[in-house]
Amino acid sequence: MSEAIAVTGLKPWTDPNAVPFLKINNVTKKFGAFTSVNNVSLEIYKGEIFCLLGGSGCGKSTLLRMLSGFEDLTSGQIIIDGQDQAGIPPYKRPTNMMFQSYALFPHMTVEKNIAYGLKRDGLPRAEIATRVTDMLSLVQMGAFAARKPHQLSGGQRQRVALARALVKKPKLLLLDEPLGALDKKLREETQFELIKIQESLGVTFVVVTHDQQEAMTLSSRIGVMTAGKIVQVGTPREIYEYPQNRFVADFIGSVNIFEGRIAEDGESHVVVACPEAGLGIYVPHSIAGVIGQKVAVAVRPEKMQISKGDLGDLRNKLSGTIDEIAYMGDSSVYQIRLDSGKRVRVNQSNLFRSEESSLNYGDRVNLGWAGNAGIVVTS
Amino acid sequence: MSSLPLGSRIGSLLGRMGLKGRLLVIAIPTVWLLVFFLIPFLVVAKISFSEAAIARPPYLPIVEWIDGFFRVNLNFNNYLFLLEDPLYLAAYLGSVKIAGVATLIALLIGYPMAYLIARSPPDQRNLLLMLVVLPFWTSFLLRVYAWIGFLKGNGVINNLLMSIGIIDEPLVMLQTDFAVYVGIVYTYLPFMILPLYANLVKLDEAYLEASSDLGALPVTTFFTVTVPLSLSGIIAGCMLVFIPAVGEFVIPALLGGPDTLMIGQVLWNEFFSNRDWPVASSVAIVMLFVLVIPIMLLRWAQSAGEGESR
Ligand SMILES: Nc1ncnc2c1ncn2[C@@H]1O[C@H](COP(=O)(O)OP(=O)(O)OP(=O)(O)O)[C@@H](O)[C@H]1O
Ligand SMILES: [Mg+2]
Repeated sequence: MSEAIAVTGLKPWTDPNAVPFLKINNVTKKFGAFTSVNNVSLEIYKGEIFCLLGGSGCGKSTLLRMLSGFEDLTSGQIIIDGQDQAGIPPYKRPTNMMFQSYALFPHMTVEKNIAYGLKRDGLPRAEIATRVTDMLSLVQMGAFAARKPHQLSGGQRQRVALARALVKKPKLLLLDEPLGALDKKLREETQFELIKIQESLGVTFVVVTHDQQEAMTLSSRIGVMTAGKIVQVGTPREIYEYPQNRFVADFIGSVNIFEGRIAEDGESHVVVACPEAGLGIYVPHSIAGVIGQKVAVAVRPEKMQISKGDLGDLRNKLSGTIDEIAYMGDSSVYQIRLDSGKRVRVNQSNLFRSEESSLNYGDRVNLGWAGNAGIVVTS
Repeated sequence: MSSLPLGSRIGSLLGRMGLKGRLLVIAIPTVWLLVFFLIPFLVVAKISFSEAAIARPPYLPIVEWIDGFFRVNLNFNNYLFLLEDPLYLAAYLGSVKIAGVATLIALLIGYPMAYLIARSPPDQRNLLLMLVVLPFWTSFLLRVYAWIGFLKGNGVINNLLMSIGIIDEPLVMLQTDFAVYVGIVYTYLPFMILPLYANLVKLDEAYLEASSDLGALPVTTFFTVTVPLSLSGIIAGCMLVFIPAVGEFVIPALLGGPDTLMIGQVLWNEFFSNRDWPVASSVAIVMLFVLVIPIMLLRWAQSAGEGESR
């Protein structure tokens, strides 16, 4: 079996014979009457970086805490490496966790914090020392080895917490918002560092985050969660390009949603009659639906084009007025008001350096997108 | 003055008031310590350097003004006497030993209790704490007397043990060191539990989880994480038990036997039986210094604890 997906480019989840390393079967967690995690099933393969992505309070941490053994399951089953984890205490599980609150021991130095887990395994001193030193240099905290956690900045603490979880090279590493407190640059560096670590150690990662950018960069696959449920599992590309429902489409990136009813069901396409847009929207992938069924079409802002002139042979074309322009540097975001009053967001990359854009507030523009740009989502 | 802008005048006024307020805040405890600690201490220190006499008060003055001579008589014999007579050293050591052992026992009993209270559901904690301090609602003397009823030859415990046939004749418990330990531990246990509880209730469960996650057995977690993180509570509790226990008089007098030698009783005897106030005072002064060391330890632990809690 391949150790690291990113290296080999294999996609074990597409292989029907592959055995998942971590199986979560119908797991539910209730706190009193409140259901925090609701019937979640997941299969995660060895060497994956699997991101759990979702808004605050959707149950990500709770799911992670069940994996590491801090919370009992109300029902369901967790199998790690073929072993049912029921009744196995945290200290006997093949997992290590990086806590959302870091939970660094305040009475120990950075060095002692990192060495703690290795000492519990009874490793020889010399080996502990070298592994701790290696780990310190990996997270660039070598100069702070003798400091106590309260003498560190938030980002530094986070790196120590990461080092402490990594140093034991667990089979399954659970990271709860691992990079939240880092500034943008350090976060990006650390993301690539994490991927490198993952590739060199062959550890399986489950990463909790509410930052979709981070999930996109890091993960082999993403599980999108809301209200205790997994709503879609897929590669970053699948999640972005083919969101299965409105929540996912809306949560990952920004999206324009057009409500309508199926007007025509062709062999390789459907046409959704959409009064808001004032046209029948052509969508290539046919869906299993009946004529007249209520659906929504999602179109990403960067897949739309605007122009004062003719848009050529795009399948879907409408027109509107520019309401707002936001200059973002690499691109500009236009808010277009359609004749029906609906507002549409369009991203155009700024290919040329121009003092004055040719598009201005109040301009009447044509707006369009290719036939395969839109996707039908259910609500 | 009137040329100053209004804002800065108000500012300076507030500044002066703030300064006054701060002085006041510092002044109250300072006066309190001066009147109720420093002055009595100096009085006792003065008596400890004087000479005993059959008079009223029963000692001679240390400063005199006779015929134009100003004389200071500092009598160190009281202290030398403490060194000469092995009774005093034995009594000091006895007190420290009894107080030390009792503190250790109180810690061993109090820590699990404090831990359990801190880990029980929040709505039950206050009730449990109430139960811990409940004994304070009856007189201390009465409670110690009650222990006589428990421990004596035909007391509650002996009667119970004999009636169920574990022993044939009564155990001698009263008027032994054992009874003194029971009395001290019983009396001062709440002083151990309260600071420990206050400390343990703040202990973040995430530390324990992190330790467990990194492979530590619960016992290991207890000794490598829980205990070090509650160290300031342990030291505070131990001091609160140890310091009053060293000078304890009532408990050894009521429950202890002829062999129980504690400095509180010696002090009492010097004052009231021998009416040797100077020696009694020097005993008290030395005891104070015996206690200063643990108090310093306590302060050190507190400042260390503050440094720890971010
Ligand atoms: N011990 C608990 N008792 C009761 N409710 C809890 C408990 N732990 C979590 N919950 C609830 O379960 C839900 C999910 O919590 P969880 O911590 O898993 O959220 P999360 O997805 O990690 O959010 P965040 O991104 O803010 O960390 C929340 O509504 C929370 O209030
Ligand atoms: Mg969380």
